[in-house]
Amino acid sequence: MLKIENLHAAINGKEILKGINLEVNAGEVHAIMGPNGSGKSTMSNVLVGHPAYEVTDGTATFKGRNLLEMSAEERSHEGLFMSFQYPVEIPGVSMTNFMRTAINEKRKYQGLPPMAPTEFLKFIKEKRDMVKLDAKFMNRSVNEGFSGGEKKRNEIFQMAMLEPSLSILDETDSGLDIDALRIVADGVNQLKSPETAVIVITHYQRLLDYIKPDIVHVLYQGRIIRTAGPELALELEERGYDWVIKEFEDSQK
Amino acid sequence: MKSAQNYIDLFKENRTLVERGSAGVMNSLRDAALKSLEKYGLPHNGLEEYLHTDVSKWFEPDWGMNLARIDMPVDFAQAFKCSVPNLSTQLYFLANDIFASSETAAKNLLQQGVFACSLKEAALTHPELVKDFYGKIADIDKPGIAAINTLFAQDGFLLYVPDGAVIEKPLQLITLLSSAVDLMVNRRILIVLGRAAQAKLLLCDHALAANNYLTTQVIEVFAGQDSAFELYDLEETHTANRRVSELYISQSAGSRVSVDNLTLHNGQTRNTVCAVFNGIGAELSLNGVVVSDKDQHVDNFTFVDHRAADCTSSELFKYVLDGSSTGAFAGKVLVREGAQHTSSQQTNRNICLTRDARMFTQPQLEIYADDVKCSHGATVGQLDDRALFYMRQRGIPEQEARMMLMLAFVGEVIGKVELEPLRDRLYRLVEKRFRGELTQCEGCRACR
Repeated sequence: MLKIENLHAAINGKEILKGINLEVNAGEVHAIMGPNGSGKSTMSNVLVGHPAYEVTDGTATFKGRNLLEMSAEERSHEGLFMSFQYPVEIPGVSMTNFMRTAINEKRKYQGLPPMAPTEFLKFIKEKRDMVKLDAKFMNRSVNEGFSGGEKKRNEIFQMAMLEPSLSILDETDSGLDIDALRIVADGVNQLKSPETAVIVITHYQRLLDYIKPDIVHVLYQGRIIRTAGPELALELEERGYDWVIKEFEDSQK
Repeated sequence: MKSAQNYIDLFKENRTLVERGSAGVMNSLRDAALKSLEKYGLPHNGLEEYLHTDVSKWFEPDWGMNLARIDMPVDFAQAFKCSVPNLSTQLYFLANDIFASSETAAKNLLQQGVFACSLKEAALTHPELVKDFYGKIADIDKPGIAAINTLFAQDGFLLYVPDGAVIEKPLQLITLLSSAVDLMVNRRILIVLGRAAQAKLLLCDHALAANNYLTTQVIEVFAGQDSAFELYDLEETHTANRRVSELYISQSAGSRVSVDNLTLHNGQTRNTVCAVFNGIGAELSLNGVVVSDKDQHVDNFTFVDHRAADCTSSELFKYVLDGSSTGAFAGKVLVREGAQHTSSQQTNRNICLTRDARMFTQPQLEIYADDVKCSHGATVGQLDDRALFYMRQRGIPEQEARMMLMLAFVGEVIGKVELEPLRDRLYRLVEKRFRGELTQCEGCRACR
């Protein structure tokens, strides 16, 4: 589904990603872990086409198409979703209006007519229930006045609405208490299917107790320095990152 | 001064013509207006209040005026079916600056002792009524356009709502600029609300033909004790249009006035609002939206004079400037000695969409009472990049996302419009404007 080769990216002239290689197939859950400043958020932002980042080398294909040539909105229409680490507040734009526009733009891209209002409302209710998001949020401005947990649930709600094929969860666990974490993880798990894939970007093992990864990667200084099964996450939780970094540095000598 | 002299000469040569086309009450102020114009000239950018708008330049061309009151026929029914959906209004027209009567409308309202009619006609038939108010608060003894307007104005609109009368149905006054040649019009509007009277008035300012127009507009509003008045002044003209408007409001105790100034399409505009609290416990809500692009220019100047205690004024003005348009906002709030428990809030927020768009903003507070709550704030910025990217990530194309953010930005002001159908209509008009579908005055179609 997603194939990244030798990806280099910079922001403000400073290179952050220094040769990422990663392949994600349908049905898989990947975890990307790593210490602060290793490039985790840069990687997710580059994949969804944040204009501040410049790709300086390498390729990325999504469903066989050159991802890097697509606009952010086109990537979204093609089925790429990112749950933001810091969801943005948009005063004056109601959740309903926001979602209706997003859904109908995607349908337009797919050559479908706009969703009928009654169908849309039913759809919203179904997805809201999944992440236990109260109806009152739909009339509010996007993320405005939402608590930290509500913002993250709102991200997963939007993910459910847009039915992406590849979801990137960027530090979705940060700032969540244990109940909110469970609700968010339940939502993600319900959306999992053999046709979809998830990349979980996280600092801690905690979220991975709920969203079980198939493959775990360690990102360090803009490169993936280790890839292994789910047991790697447990080991990192126990021993920290130092040993992986040391082993990597030794191998480079 | 040069251009002022032209108008002074013009008036002197045509005084008889001007006065013949008007009424005694209006003619009685022309001497004073003439003196004032001779003394102050026309407002220019050497004056602090006109720093960003040299109004005197607009008067330089040799404008024609319809002093002889030649009938310039406008087929209203054909040209203009102005109906905000679900908003049924009592409709009146001003063709340039001549009141075009609407018989049935006048009849319906007269039952309540209400006048909604030609200012000139009222001044002729009920001079005692008009005399007490006409020119009483429009200040000609200072630089401004009240003097030149008072000098040349021959007609306009009168809304008189006697004590206790409540007009539920919103009134709508559509002013149409329509002429085969370039034209200067001097429009005069007088609004009087008696004790506990209530009314809502929507002014729609349109230009039908693409000639150059210069409009001077003076509105006087007398809000009696415990009265309630809503005024919506919507300008939707075109780039060859210049407009100078002065709105004077006098509020008695317990009155509530709300004003929404909406400049959706124009050429060069200067709006001045002067509001005075003369009695305790009165409220004023003064709001504005400006959407401009190309070389358009919009300058809003407000002056709120707290002369009485326990009054509340709140101001919210928002500008979205595109192209190489310029905007200016200056808001002065004066809290006089003894105006205790004044609550005053003034906010001006602006978005410049391009590097060439310019905004000048200047809040000004003068407080001479010690127990008051006053605040002001002004910002100039761009659209929120983070919000734009967030929306694009969700599949909303950049253009659409920008549109939604701009609409949300001015939506805060439009949301304050109390008439729901008008509010919906304004949202749609603004959206159309942002989509670039309103690149010139739509004339009649604008209000459909």
